Amino acid sequence: MNATTHVYEPRGVARAVETGAAWLLGVLWVLPLVYAFWTAFHPGEYSTRFVLTAPLTLDNFVKAWHAAPFARYFVNTMALVTMVLAAQLVLVTLAAYAFARFEFPGRNVLFALVLVQLMIMPDVLIVENYRTMAALGIKDTILAIGLPYMASAFGIFLLRQTFKTIPRELDEAARVEGCSPLQVLWKVYVPLARPTYVAYALVSVSYHWNNFLWPLIITNSVETRPVTVGLQVFSATDQGIDWSIITAATILSVAPLLVAFLLFQRQFVASFMRAGIR
Amino acid sequence: MTRTRQWLYAWLLLAPAMSLLALFTHYPAVANLWHSFYSTPKGARPAVWVGADNYVQLAEDPIFWKALVNNFGYALGTIPASIALALLMAMWVHGKVAGRGFLRLAYFTPTILPMIAVANIWLFFYTPEYGLLEQFTKGLGFASHNWLGSQSTALACLMLVTVWKEAGFFMIFYLAALQSMSPHLAEAAAIEGASRWYFFRRVTFPLLMPVTLFVLVNAVINAFRLVDHIVVMTRGGPDNATALLLYYIYEIGFRFWDSAYAAALTMVLLVILGLAALFQFVVLEKRTHYQ
Amino acid sequence: MLRRIRQSVVALLAALVPAFALAQVEVSFFYPVAVGGPITKIIDGMAADFEKENPGVKVRPIYSGSYQESIAKALTAVKSGDPPVMSILLSTDMYTLIDEDAIVPFSDLLRSPDDQAWVKGFYPGFMENSQTGGKVWGIPFQRSTIVLYYNKELFKEAGLDPNRPPQTWKEQVEYAQKLTRRDASGKVTQWGMQIPSSGFPYWLFQALAIQAGQNLMNDAGTEVYYDRPAVVEALQYWVDLGKTHKVHPEGIVEWGTTPRDFFERKVAMVWTTTGNLTNVKNNAKFDFGVAMLPAGKQRGSPTGGGNFYLFKKSTPAQREAALKFIRWATQPARAAQWGIDTGYVAVSPAAFETPVMKQYVAGFAPAAVARDQLPYAKAELSTHDNQRVTKALNDGLQAALTGTKSPADAMRDAQREAERLLRPYKR
Repeated sequence: MNATTHVYEPRGVARAVETGAAWLLGVLWVLPLVYAFWTAFHPGEYSTRFVLTAPLTLDNFVKAWHAAPFARYFVNTMALVTMVLAAQLVLVTLAAYAFARFEFPGRNVLFALVLVQLMIMPDVLIVENYRTMAALGIKDTILAIGLPYMASAFGIFLLRQTFKTIPRELDEAARVEGCSPLQVLWKVYVPLARPTYVAYALVSVSYHWNNFLWPLIITNSVETRPVTVGLQVFSATDQGIDWSIITAATILSVAPLLVAFLLFQRQFVASFMRAGIR
Repeated sequence: MTRTRQWLYAWLLLAPAMSLLALFTHYPAVANLWHSFYSTPKGARPAVWVGADNYVQLAEDPIFWKALVNNFGYALGTIPASIALALLMAMWVHGKVAGRGFLRLAYFTPTILPMIAVANIWLFFYTPEYGLLEQFTKGLGFASHNWLGSQSTALACLMLVTVWKEAGFFMIFYLAALQSMSPHLAEAAAIEGASRWYFFRRVTFPLLMPVTLFVLVNAVINAFRLVDHIVVMTRGGPDNATALLLYYIYEIGFRFWDSAYAAALTMVLLVILGLAALFQFVVLEKRTHYQ
Repeated sequence: MLRRIRQSVVALLAALVPAFALAQVEVSFFYPVAVGGPITKIIDGMAADFEKENPGVKVRPIYSGSYQESIAKALTAVKSGDPPVMSILLSTDMYTLIDEDAIVPFSDLLRSPDDQAWVKGFYPGFMENSQTGGKVWGIPFQRSTIVLYYNKELFKEAGLDPNRPPQTWKEQVEYAQKLTRRDASGKVTQWGMQIPSSGFPYWLFQALAIQAGQNLMNDAGTEVYYDRPAVVEALQYWVDLGKTHKVHPEGIVEWGTTPRDFFERKVAMVWTTTGNLTNVKNNAKFDFGVAMLPAGKQRGSPTGGGNFYLFKKSTPAQREAALKFIRWATQPARAAQWGIDTGYVAVSPAAFETPVMKQYVAGFAPAAVARDQLPYAKAELSTHDNQRVTKALNDGLQAALTGTKSPADAMRDAQREAERLLRPYKR
């Protein structure tokens, strides 16, 4: 990402104004998070008063951690995210390969059927999918949370584009050496599409880590609930809101993703960029 | 490989993904239509064919209409704002603004945080009397206002959260496009004496059109798909002022357990998304060069 | 020798078999957590204690989230054919559960005079929501009412007697006027009072309606009275607190932040559940008082909270075991301890007569306020298709409180919607 020396860079007053505006927006954008950190690390009585000398504390985190089975929620989310991603990678790779490099009747129709999911995502089909899960007898399982998302149209589309850019000569050379189509896929296509896989994986993980409505509906026990739903269950007591503890719980639940993001922000941004160019 | 063998191979490769897609996208869309003509089974009473009853109920349901109007207002309010901001952000962090790294991070961070979690934080932001927003506006001398508790401001408050969450996400797409644009264009234009604004209006913006349309379609889908913050912040209140279509479906389907009526409501949502798809197909595919 | 071993093995087996056979009776139940405190630990402790005393029964409590989630889970479980043996759910879910054909009445199990006496031992206010059609469908367990919490320090600052909370609607307004503070520019810095109106405004409103002399529904759960003059008058009173008297924040007051507003001294008097007592006790950094709600034409509050229900899909042995557990959990000493630990109102007069409760009340007078208010308590709003009939009222209340409809219009619309929903249940 080189900063292109742009002849239209603002100069003088315009530059100052724009820099100021950009920073104002930036500060506004991080404010909620900064604020959450403030409240979570200070005793309750400072949650609404901003005094620099306020004592720091980890109490809120301890309380939040003990007030709800967050450890279990994290395990559930990890299991969910891993399972969904693993299934997606396999299914998407196979399907994208077929669309990119095979001639067969019905290809366009099938591809159009795949693209339908880009518009009508499982998120809006909650009523029927709930019915299906009930019929399959897998309600309230982690599998049920992930199942509707495993065949990802977005992933198929993305990977098909990537596979198409791979020179056919490589493919043919491998076949001449006696590789079967699956071996070609494994030895030629998959390694060359690595950046796309990384990009897709990051997008998928953050999507499923953050997903809420469907897991809320399909789960109803501690053993299956992902951390987003756990957080909501925890915050929605009839008794009243204790901001310090809720912000602590909120930070707990975003911490893994946030830390990963801060550590690998370049890859994250690059990945989202790559996933967006289609 | 013979042709038939190749066909077979391709179909086998597609089988797992296609069957899951069929089961969880195509079948439910069709079954949903079917179920919307039945009544909701209750206790010992099974579901019976009721024809268009659920749709008649829908046409007469003021809350449905309110949710629909809200949802379109919400889309109109959030989409242009988040796209405009995204473009602005992208221009800034693409240029040489001081603290570029921090800004890019700041703009993008909301994207990776769960809506459900940030909604909790925003809820506090909006708390009357001592919430952060109140402390700020009071400092400026304004009277206290009940942001989420007034019909006039509640939806706008939720829209702000959405814009905050999405602008950084859309920024990424603009940024990617800007970085792939040739700097020579600008140099050539500068030699021709084009002003900055003129260059943006006549060169940059048209070149970004495919991105804008892509972002637009995504934004439309999200406007009808994402209701997590409503669950946390207002539960559709006050008096349904913040009820969006999907939230209302959730409420009818999973709090009132009226699955038949929820199916009829889902059909409306599917039609809206179908129209968006059609728009993309007709306008987007014609005017832009994807692939 | 061999024979002796064989004999002892047989004896051992003989001893084990009945235990095994008895342990077959497993009683699972969903329970929600709606108040703070280590509820899960307390419930698990109860189950363990009960199992110790009743080796034949295995009690398996399953935490099921909030009340909302618990009913959703219970209905889901019923539909998928695998419900728990019993559940603690809102008392207002009774009609819903009956309509879904999910539960059985306790009446059929209560054969002995002793059983009958046990049911009669609960506060009648709590039993109102637990029976319909002459049958007992629910057993009160974690019940609450609405009370008024007030800040004694702010009372003193305003020149009010901190030991004399408002007794009537009129006094409540007068007090609130004295307790509302404005800065030089006329902005309010401290509200006189607030009644939360998010989430379940109907519950708090019901208190006003009862005080105005009209409860909101009939006993059969087939009719509501949203548009009766007394009900409209009650809503007018609530709206006027904000609009006319300007002693109550305008718009919707968030239920969840109300305790916090009270701790922050942003408001001097709040209406909220008795279930908040422990919360307030732990977090209020000032001297506070708890009082019965002021009277309109009369005193009054709806009851609230959860009952035990028995699910239909259970074996007779499970039902007997469940009943045994419920009786055990609601005996006076247990009920008293549960009330002390959680802030819920102990469910029977006998519980208030136990030494442990007497001692607690002596040391912490507010604990008795809810008890004293119970004679005025009425059943919480509950009808067939309860969630929707209630939503109609909630929407109407919020419309009036945010000023988009007049109280009369709002209640008329709510009544019309409720009547439409209830039509199928009227015979």
